[in-house]
Formats: sequence, structure tokens, C-alpha cells
Amino acid sequence: MIQVKQLAKSFGNLHVLKNINAHIKRKEVVCVIGPSGSGKSTFLRCLNLLEEPTAGEIIIDGINIMDKGTNINTLRQKAGMVFQQFNLFPHKTALENITLGLIKIKKYNTATAVEKGKALLAKVGLLEKADVYPRNLSGGQQQRVAIARALAMEPEIMLFDEPTSALDPEMVGEVLQVMKDLAQEGMTMVIVTHEMGFAREVADRILFMDQGFVVEEGTPEQLFFHTQQERTREFLNKVL
Amino acid sequence: MDTFNLIADASPLLLKGLESTIKVAFLSLLFATVLGLFFGLLRVSKRKWLQMIAKVYVSIIRGTPLYVQVIFFYFGVFPLLFGRATDAVSAGIFVLSLNAGAYLVEIFRAGIESIDKGQMEAGRAIGFTHGQTMAYIILPQAIKRMIPAIVNQFIISIKDTSLLATIGIAELTFTAQTIYAVNFKAFEFLGTIAVIYWVLIYVLTWFSHWLERRLAAQ
Repeated sequence: MIQVKQLAKSFGNLHVLKNINAHIKRKEVVCVIGPSGSGKSTFLRCLNLLEEPTAGEIIIDGINIMDKGTNINTLRQKAGMVFQQFNLFPHKTALENITLGLIKIKKYNTATAVEKGKALLAKVGLLEKADVYPRNLSGGQQQRVAIARALAMEPEIMLFDEPTSALDPEMVGEVLQVMKDLAQEGMTMVIVTHEMGFAREVADRILFMDQGFVVEEGTPEQLFFHTQQERTREFLNKVL
Repeated sequence: MDTFNLIADASPLLLKGLESTIKVAFLSLLFATVLGLFFGLLRVSKRKWLQMIAKVYVSIIRGTPLYVQVIFFYFGVFPLLFGRATDAVSAGIFVLSLNAGAYLVEIFRAGIESIDKGQMEAGRAIGFTHGQTMAYIILPQAIKRMIPAIVNQFIISIKDTSLLATIGIAELTFTAQTIYAVNFKAFEFLGTIAVIYWVLIYVLTWFSHWLERRLAAQ
């Protein structure tokens, strides 16, 4: 579904991604782990062109998204994104956060959009919070609304950028649960995470990144219990 | 009592002057807001040359006195473009719009830049264009924060309409001048228009506080 070839990204003289090759299959859940500054988030943000790659190819469903002719906005509707800092729209209620894209981009009428928005809120267990503004929601609730907002556009793939890193520990579980449910429904997911337990449980495949490279990849079993690379072992020893 | 009667007699003239002041101020601020928003968006554009256009505009207007701008356009630029029969009111509104617009550019820039960049990213990630994200997500939040600064600029510009007396627009200050030119009651009439300006600004300030409170409650 997604083919990444020789992807590179530099910010000035800082080479954040050096040579990334990856392949993400439909319905696959891929977790990306690695130390801070390893390029995980940048890699994820390249997949929907929030960062413009310096070199390489990203092919989604046979289309090279870095071609000039590719409609970025249509592409982004196919790839939902969930941010570390939630980034809900503070001037909109939970429900309006979800329906805004439906009404303005997908041209739903208000009634249909509200119906769909409520169904999504119910799915993440927050139907009773429909009319509440983000500032009156806990971090975990905000992130669940953010997931519902991304799902509203009916993406084919969901990108998660450290979705639980900004949460109080007691709220991590509720967000991970929503993500687990999604994975079980067969959503294709790429998740940058520090939650090793979650990665081990949910991922079909794990990429370990360090210093702009994918150092090692494999199933959780392979990566955690039959580690090949010294660098990976060092990292896992520190975090596990 | 004499003074009071003098002012009462002149009140139809003063009211006409006030009407003219309000009309010029209202239209100027309307156009200035459009200019400020337009060049403000250029100012935060990613393209350097668009930024440059806005920067040059702001720099020229901020770097020159309003009084010079008024007489330069009225006596210098407009006659060259349109011949002798330049309408003072149009020229006045034009210059005041241009002037206030430049100050509003910086207010819009600061307001837009004060919004967390995650908001733009979230909008773009959903599939909104840059323009849609600005319109539906960034500006509604930014404008709320900008209200005090915008109202402050409006207050300055309303008072600046008095400079247009120079080019013969029959606004409040000009009207007072023509009256005391005849009866020599400069203290009384300049004092009267000062009070009228103060009331005008006071009403606007009250309205802006009311608006702020209403938006904060949302």
C-alpha cells in the first residue's frame, strides 16, 4: 500500500532522515520505535507531506505522492493523522471538530455530518461530550476526539505521532484501547510510539530507527526476543 | 448663557460635521480592514516575494507622517492621476484606509502567528487547503485575540480623521474651524468638538469591551 524508497529529509545541514526504505501493507499495523531525534516523527510526517522530503520516493496505491501533479489535499484525506499535542480546534466543540471536515470538504449536509460525528464519538466512548469544548476535556478525551476527527474523513491509513506521549499516565490506557480496537477492525496504521508493551501486543511489524536510518525491522517477537543489531539491543535494554 | 446659545445655534452644523467624520471613519476602517487582512496574509505567506510586498507597504506608511501622506496624495498624486477635480472626501478616505491598513497588517500578522502551528498542521492533515485552514481554523481564533489591538487602531484612525480638515473635508474639526473663524470663539468650539470626539471613542471602547466579554464567554 505504501512504498518508501530512499527517503531523505534535511533541515539545512541537519540530515534527519538519511536513507529510509519501508513497505507498509494494507491492514498492517507498523510501530516505529527509537530514541528521540532518530527521525521517527519526521518519517511519519513525510508520509502525508507535512514535511516535504528532500529526496526519495513515497508511493501510495501506485501513485508517487511527491510528483508535482499529485493533489496533496486529496492524499491527506486518505491518511488520517493523530498528533502528540492533539491539536483539536479550541473554538469548536468536540462534535464540531469532527464535522468541520465533513461539511466543508466532503460537502455533507449538517444533519448527516452530525449523525456521522455522533457515531464516531460513540465509537471512542465520548458521545456525552459532543457539545463540550476541548479545554473542558481531559488529555485522554481530547486525543480520542482527535482520533474520531481523523476517522471522519474515512482514511485508508492512520498515522499516529506519539499519541500518548503528552498524556498523564492514567489516561494512556483509554487511548491505546481505542487504537487497539481500530487495529482489530483492520485499519492500516503507522504508529510512532514509546509504548513498548503496546507495540509488542498490537504491531504486526516494528521498525527500529536511529540517526535517520531504519536499523532493524521485524515482528515484535523477532525484534524484542531475537534482536540482531547491537544498537537495537542497547536501546531496548534502556527502555524495557 | 451666550456661549450655550452659540453652540446650540451651531449644533446643526456640528452634527453635519460629526456625520461626515463618522462616514469617513467608517468607510476608511472598512477598507483598512480589507487591506490589513489581505496584506497580513501576504505577510505570513511562505513566499518571500509576497512577504516583501507587504513589508514594503507597511514600511512606507509607517515611516512617513500621516499629514504628509494626506497632502501628498491630495495635492500631488491624485491631480496627476485624475486631473484637477479631485474629490477631497474620496482622497481622504483613500489615504486613511491606506494608513490604517498598514498598521492592521502588523496586527493581523501578530495575531495569525500567535496561533499554535499545530492548528495549521491539523487542518492540512484533515485535507483542508492552506486558505481553508486560515478561514475556518486560524483566523476565527486569531481575530478573537486581535480585537483589543484592532480597536486601538480604530480609535487612532477615528481621531486621525481630524487631519483631513487640511484638505477641506467638512468633518468635525473643519466645521469647528469655520465656525470660530467667524465668531472667534475658539475655546468654546474646539472644546465642544473635543468632547464629541471623546464620547465617540468612549462608545467604541465600551462596545469593544462588550464584544470581548461576549467572545470570551463562548
